[in-house]
Amino acid sequence: MSFISLKVLGGLGKDGRPDDVVEIELGPGEIVGIVGPTGSGKSTLIGDIEQLAQGDTPSSRRVLLNGKVPDQELRTDPRKKLIAQLSQNMHFLADMPVDEFLRMHAKSRGKDPDLAEKVVEIANTLTGEPIDPSHPLTILSGGQSRALMTADIAVISDSPVVLIDEIENAGIKKQEALKLLAGEGKIVVVVTHDPILALMASRRIVMRNGAMAKVINTTDSERKIFSDLERVDGWLSSLRETIRHGDVVSARDIAGDLVGNASGEVTAA
Amino acid sequence: MKLVVVAGTPGSGKTSVLMHVVRAMKKSGVKPALVKVDCMWTEDDLRFKRLEVPVGVGLSKDMCPDHYAIYNVDEMMAWASGQGAEVLLSETAGLCLRCAPYPDQCLAICVIDVTTGPNTPLKVGPLLTTADVAVITKGDLVSQAEREVFRERILEANPRCRIVEANGLSGKGSAEVADLIKSWPETTGEMVLRHNPPLAICTLCTGELRVSKEHHRGVLRHMDGFMEYTGE
Repeated sequence: MSFISLKVLGGLGKDGRPDDVVEIELGPGEIVGIVGPTGSGKSTLIGDIEQLAQGDTPSSRRVLLNGKVPDQELRTDPRKKLIAQLSQNMHFLADMPVDEFLRMHAKSRGKDPDLAEKVVEIANTLTGEPIDPSHPLTILSGGQSRALMTADIAVISDSPVVLIDEIENAGIKKQEALKLLAGEGKIVVVVTHDPILALMASRRIVMRNGAMAKVINTTDSERKIFSDLERVDGWLSSLRETIRHGDVVSARDIAGDLVGNASGEVTAA
Repeated sequence: MKLVVVAGTPGSGKTSVLMHVVRAMKKSGVKPALVKVDCMWTEDDLRFKRLEVPVGVGLSKDMCPDHYAIYNVDEMMAWASGQGAEVLLSETAGLCLRCAPYPDQCLAICVIDVTTGPNTPLKVGPLLTTADVAVITKGDLVSQAEREVFRERILEANPRCRIVEANGLSGKGSAEVADLIKSWPETTGEMVLRHNPPLAICTLCTGELRVSKEHHRGVLRHMDGFMEYTGE
């Protein structure tokens, strides 16, 4: 099936009032954010997209593929699934070694089980402590679990639509993770309040009281702010790494990194 | 009268899923009646009564709850029909996972909880392997990958079953189950079980309390797998 677009048709918010956004269409290569206070319905919207809702979820929303109602198989059979999801729930409950789990996941998606090796290899570029494929899943740290799931989605669940629920809680290199997940020509929907991730998106859907309240297109001035933010974030990450590795942060590190890179009024003290 | 038997491991969310299924059925104009079978005590009937459908309770007490549900199925269906219902939903207590309380003509639904881990589908036995529908619950508590691995394991145990991902809190999946019930045929004539109940009956079944081997008679199985009949 050639994949062109995903269209969300509005349903109802928590109080039964209809979504203000009547429909929104997402195309390949687009990153779309979902923002809103906690409890505003962000995860519900992600859930509706994940299961290609057909008016049969509490929100009554409908999701169309290429303008049409998708086949039932596309909704349920992982071998045909077009949607990969990185959820907030990253703690593994399965009592299995990493390698066995990944092999079985590859099998469930109709992929080569040997991809498991590649998943671990990529995961280990995203996280500090390397993951040993023979270790049980249940002992992985939060960051390791996130890294493993991110790599799993990039390699095994390689799908034209990727849904991400709050990657900033991850304890992994978030921009690298997002780049890895976004791949080429995918539709990426990301729930986030991280200014960098939110401004990487071309648009963001604002949620309020369970409903899609409005859509904001990322403005030109936001894009300018984004490039500044990226530099500041790079600087903060390098400080974080310095501290993580047990080194001492010196005033010179700060001056050297910040003065040369950041523009505008952000300067070192 | 249609018969739907809902079984599953304790705490898997049978009652919560069923509550949402009943709402979905009522919405589409189908009249269900419910019977909840439990062993010693239940309060689930009070939950079900809030849905304003006929609700019956069966407590199996000293009898195996699955055997009780099977033995009383005709009576339950007669009761449901007297209540003007078109579908009888029977929720079992299902404890030992050795039998499957599914008559051949019923829609057999096995509710199974994804948080119990990917080995569970292989442990559940005939409850899952002879079911028409496997309803996976609590999927929101694990990652998509873990849900998909769990699903694969269910298909290993029962390649023919229809899998529904449901959520007892949000009601996800309930419309799908209600549709499956709607398209299921009515029962006619005599029904037989899909799977034979355990072969054995032993002195423990009839109330022997002493533990030591010498006190037991009946069809008995040893740790090494040897089975024998001891007795008159």
